[in-house]
Amino acid sequence: MAASVLFDAPGPKTRARHRLYAVISTIALAGIGALVLWRLWIAGQFDPDLWEPFVTPRIVNALLWGLGQTLLMAVVAVLGAVILGFVLGIAKLSDHALVRWPSWLVVEFFRAVPLFMLIIGTWYLLGPQPGGNGYWAVVIGLWLYNGAVIAEITRAGIAALPRGQAEAAYALGMRKSTVMQLILLPQAVKIMLPAIISQSIVALKDTSLGYAVLAPGLTFIGKQVFGEFRNIIPTALVMAATYIMLNLLLTWLATWAQKRFAGEKKIEVTTVAAVGLSSAAESGAPGGGL
Amino acid sequence: MDVLIDNADLLLAAFGVTLKLVVVAGLLSLAWGTVLAAMRVGPIRVLQLAGGVYVTLFRNTPLLIILLLIFFGLPKFGITWGYFWPNVIALTLYTSSFVCEALRAGVNSIPLGQAEASRSLGMTFGQSMREVILPQAFRAVVPPLASVLIALTKNTSLVAIFGLPDLTARMKDLLTDHASDLIWIFFGFALAYVVIVEVISLIATIIERRWRVA
Repeated sequence: MAASVLFDAPGPKTRARHRLYAVISTIALAGIGALVLWRLWIAGQFDPDLWEPFVTPRIVNALLWGLGQTLLMAVVAVLGAVILGFVLGIAKLSDHALVRWPSWLVVEFFRAVPLFMLIIGTWYLLGPQPGGNGYWAVVIGLWLYNGAVIAEITRAGIAALPRGQAEAAYALGMRKSTVMQLILLPQAVKIMLPAIISQSIVALKDTSLGYAVLAPGLTFIGKQVFGEFRNIIPTALVMAATYIMLNLLLTWLATWAQKRFAGEKKIEVTTVAAVGLSSAAESGAPGGGL
Repeated sequence: MDVLIDNADLLLAAFGVTLKLVVVAGLLSLAWGTVLAAMRVGPIRVLQLAGGVYVTLFRNTPLLIILLLIFFGLPKFGITWGYFWPNVIALTLYTSSFVCEALRAGVNSIPLGQAEASRSLGMTFGQSMREVILPQAFRAVVPPLASVLIALTKNTSLVAIFGLPDLTARMKDLLTDHASDLIWIFFGFALAYVVIVEVISLIATIIERRWRVA
């Protein structure tokens, strides 16, 4: 039988047809690629003057500093979001309705509101000036949004544990908080880890929004670079390549953590991030966040 | 509160801009994402590879940078389509990579045994597709596709940076003029997004329920 549910094992005629399709599509793809490069060439985008800044020490250093700021921002954002997410996620599982409902509301709200809007709102709350306020607007926005998503990941992680774990702990006479701290959380964290790393990819990509609130970071420095050298396409391509490499590194880390810690149990970030949908999916392809 | 009532027409117009973006970019992303998914799950190796490269590149690039490239890049090619279409194109290029992955994961979630069993029962290839494989695949992709569309709705807020008067852009304008009413303005505009998000999620729940296996 075929290796896919979508088609049968091909016979000789089909294989010949597939080879023909392969040739046609190779030519078509090469044609599209060549056309784009040719148009870029005509538009003068390969002019060495436009690319020279990226081998000029002054500019390279500025970009590296921006990258450092971005990474620092991402780390601060993810750490804060994890703490907030744990608190909200556990609060959502509370036995007390007065704790459960407000945390549910907070989580639902911050998952439904666009992060960029949250950042703009926070920026105006702090006072819309460049520098520190912009930086904290992005960080606070990332805390609130990713905290809400991680709250859902936490809930799904704890829900993914066998019920017997908590029951056995209660039977041994442990209190609620002890059960959570000693039995449930340590096991849930292992299941949650890949999803949290995937969410960090989202957070890292979202640090690019610092561009709009003048927060120090890669995109903000990039803006100054293409402002000075009028080379927006090369600058954007360099920034894109940087983000892609960092994200591929994180994707690899998430896959490793999945194999090492979580095994079969999988929390789907894309599904968890959606509002009002069943949140814990236990199978499927690796989910990159949105 | 008064600020919102005084500017209700502004809010409504901005809501229209956001809604139009969601619908147009959403439909285009579904279409282009389906093409990409077909490339990735199809039998042609070159197309599988091309689809994979596309998804890797666009999924890992921040939307802001794609918007920068399209918005400032297209004019360099001599294409000037105003403000709406460049934003839609960038949103589509980005979102379609997630649509593709959602569809692919849906198809991959059907165990091979389903196809083998239906064929050994004597079903033709077409019957097995129509009666067994695709109905299950459609059901499996509804929740992830809804998440992708919800993410798209939130991502449309970035067009505010690129000259479209959407909800976020209008909120920013109002905040500049009425700093003291920040909370009201923020929650008023946030509510508009929540409405779109909840509608998408409601539709997904209804479809999911209707297609559920008995």
